[in-house]
Amino acid sequence: MARTEIKIGGFGGQGVILSGYIIGRAASIYDNKFATMIQAFGPEARGSSTSAQLIVSDEQITYPYITAPNLMVLMSQEAYTKFASELIAGGTLITEEELVTPNNLRKDVHHVSIPATRLAEEIGKKMVLNIVMTGFTTAISNVVNEQAMIDAVKVSVPKGTEDLNLRAFFKGLEYGKKLLEKKHPSR
Amino acid sequence: MHDDSGVLTGAHFIDGDHACSEGAIAAGCRFVAGYPITPSTEIVERIAERFPFVGGVFIQMEDEIASSIAIQGAVWAGKKAMTVTSGPGFSLMMEHIGYAAMTETPCVFVDVQRAGPSTGLPTMPAQGDMMQARWGSHGDYGIIALCPNSPQECFDLTIRAFNLAEQFRVPVMLMMDECVGHMIERVIIPPVHEIQIFQRRSYDGPKKDLLLFHPDSNLVPPMVKAGEGYQIHVTGLTHDERGYPSMTVDTQAKLVTRLVNKLRVNADTIVDYREDSVEGADIVVVTYGITSRTAIPAIEQARKEGMRIGHLRLVTAWPFPEKRIRELASKVKAFVVPELNLGQMVYEVERVAGGKASITHVPHAGGTVHNTKEIYAAIKHSVKG
Amino acid sequence: MGEDALYTIDNVVPPNPIENLLRMDRIPHIWCPGCGIGTTVNCFVRALQTSGLDLDKVAIVSGIGCTGRVAGYIKLDSFHTTHGRAIPFATGLKLANPELKVVVYSGDGDLTAIGGNHFIHAARRNVDMTVILINNMTYGMTGGQVAPTTPISATASTTPHGNFEQTFNLPFLAESCGAVYVARWTAFHVRHATKSIKEALAKKGFSFVEILAACPTLYSRRNKLGDGLDQMSYFREQSEIKNGADTKSVALDFEGKIIIGKFVDIERPSYQQSMYDHLRKKLGDQYIPSPEMKNVYGKNGN
Repeated sequence: MARTEIKIGGFGGQGVILSGYIIGRAASIYDNKFATMIQAFGPEARGSSTSAQLIVSDEQITYPYITAPNLMVLMSQEAYTKFASELIAGGTLITEEELVTPNNLRKDVHHVSIPATRLAEEIGKKMVLNIVMTGFTTAISNVVNEQAMIDAVKVSVPKGTEDLNLRAFFKGLEYGKKLLEKKHPSR
Repeated sequence: MHDDSGVLTGAHFIDGDHACSEGAIAAGCRFVAGYPITPSTEIVERIAERFPFVGGVFIQMEDEIASSIAIQGAVWAGKKAMTVTSGPGFSLMMEHIGYAAMTETPCVFVDVQRAGPSTGLPTMPAQGDMMQARWGSHGDYGIIALCPNSPQECFDLTIRAFNLAEQFRVPVMLMMDECVGHMIERVIIPPVHEIQIFQRRSYDGPKKDLLLFHPDSNLVPPMVKAGEGYQIHVTGLTHDERGYPSMTVDTQAKLVTRLVNKLRVNADTIVDYREDSVEGADIVVVTYGITSRTAIPAIEQARKEGMRIGHLRLVTAWPFPEKRIRELASKVKAFVVPELNLGQMVYEVERVAGGKASITHVPHAGGTVHNTKEIYAAIKHSVKG
Repeated sequence: MGEDALYTIDNVVPPNPIENLLRMDRIPHIWCPGCGIGTTVNCFVRALQTSGLDLDKVAIVSGIGCTGRVAGYIKLDSFHTTHGRAIPFATGLKLANPELKVVVYSGDGDLTAIGGNHFIHAARRNVDMTVILINNMTYGMTGGQVAPTTPISATASTTPHGNFEQTFNLPFLAESCGAVYVARWTAFHVRHATKSIKEALAKKGFSFVEILAACPTLYSRRNKLGDGLDQMSYFREQSEIKNGADTKSVALDFEGKIIIGKFVDIERPSYQQSMYDHLRKKLGDQYIPSPEMKNVYGKNGN
């Protein structure tokens, strides 16, 4: 894996930026890789569309913007409508089941979805859906190793919420692993 | 979490703005005055958060004019000081860049560049303040400007900015841009003892012998701070070595010539650039700041196709590395200069090349960075001649 | 005594009693005959001499203009800054080393026109400094243009048909922004002014002393008010001391009554005291003030 270009989309307040931050931090601090993250900045109100773009690479990153995303994590319908077409052919598209209806789903991408909202509610806090998504993304994409992600979650979430967020992370991770087993029982 | 120096030794995943704040703290900066302006605000926000734990004083002033002179008051009280802004605020600071140059007040101005003119694109990058940094205040003077291209360099070059300010007693500009400022990457903060700090040179001779602006052999006078009983006088008027106003043609010539010359004669120790495969190249791409990264895929593509392309990246935009560009001008066919403006540093390259090599500018009005095709096309065009 | 001695004044003139605080190597000064600024400098130096302050720790900051030149003549650490920016420079100086006593000495145009915003905010924050403002009702250095302090109907080079702009009432401005000490005197009232400056220097927080001074060359003459002496007579005859007067009531008009006195003298924590106390309370032992901050503001066992 030379260079993974990741776009994470959703609406403000969902923790889109934190998801990207955790993956980037895991890669660059705990997994011996390079990561460059750029957030979409603007006078955007809470609730409006927002996105993080992240590059993870084994080599030093030169061009800092993503130009051909091969992994996309979308947590809102608006983000799906806006961004899904940017994904390169053969890329992986991860969506949240309740928040995104994959209309006119492209045939040339691998699509998986997760009921992250429901899983987050099972833990007791709907707000950790972004971390459930992050755990799921870890399982599906393998872009950063699992332990590095765990380390990054611990230090990146607000103090006092580490356990809650780790539970959310594992919930998403396990869901992803099971899904992979179903798809590829040989693995 | 941190020792007395306030240095957060370790590996961090932070943006360029925050890395700049940490660089300032590591450099020993203990006074910051600023006024909120996108995309630089995160720098002062972090300073405001961190300073109470490291013996620093932060004040949000009423505007950038106030900020840019408050830091100079703080310097004369003995602190290392910095202010932080973006284009519109930088414009307001120009008079005080001149004051700092004239009074030889070592201080750091951080400009996180956004697209202008005027309010422009507050949240999007540009490199349109490069000439303003050099020439924005009236009259003749010299400054130093550094161009980081990553959060790591925002940390490293902020320290260097303070060191150069102290060494040469000039205002030093850290010319960031929105892309570098908001980009998050790994930043390694070394242990305190590995961070090189240039300590302020202070006059310690007898009071009666003090000539406040009498330079050493490198044309830089040592500092004296207020409150030590030296009864110093500092003025923005043309002044003699005592610091007293002296409105004569001779004093003006002597003073202003030295202000300019202290950077010219020390240029070799200040100038910093990075080269990649410049020797034997037909074309040299000259970049700085974020452009030094966005140009690389285009350069690599051209090399794959057999073109001999060098890359020279300016770390110091000012002083401009005249000597090296002049040398290369007689060896290469062309310079390609991509920048996020419609023509600024390219004129320096052109001036120094003196017609010996052709120049291809790759302009961009700002708002984002160049795409690879634009720069590649310019390289290809230059190869064809 | 020989006849020569009668005509030799060198050995009979005692040294000027304020010489020790003047840069005598810069005298003669640039001020015109009859100008009131020099008189105020005399008041200031005498106030300093009896203030008990460690003069090595007193710094004076001026902006630009005739009064802006004061910093250049005073033998203290002295800073002649840019036009209008003496207060923010002084703010940085004071915040960086609170052990310094910082005095801003500048003119009406410098401090309340181009520098008006800084004046407002330093008073609001109650930054610990003494501001001495010499009000000559015009821009003297540049040739007598209209200022925010020029009385209505007065003539200036840029109001050749008379001024019609509302005049700034500076004590009212200072008080409403939060100054803890506000006084106004004239160059005639040297003892009062000296005493007032001394009081202002002893205050913690933003203290403000306005002193009216004649500009015979560019204000009085243009307005047919005679010379410096005539202006002194005006100050003497038309001034009325009203200590504690409501600052709303002390506006100046053209050759009208001048209400002088000490109008405000209150206590309010200075900016840095507030900073120190607040951070100490919020952060406890984790708060690390600069050594100078701790020395000056951490005296209550903190």
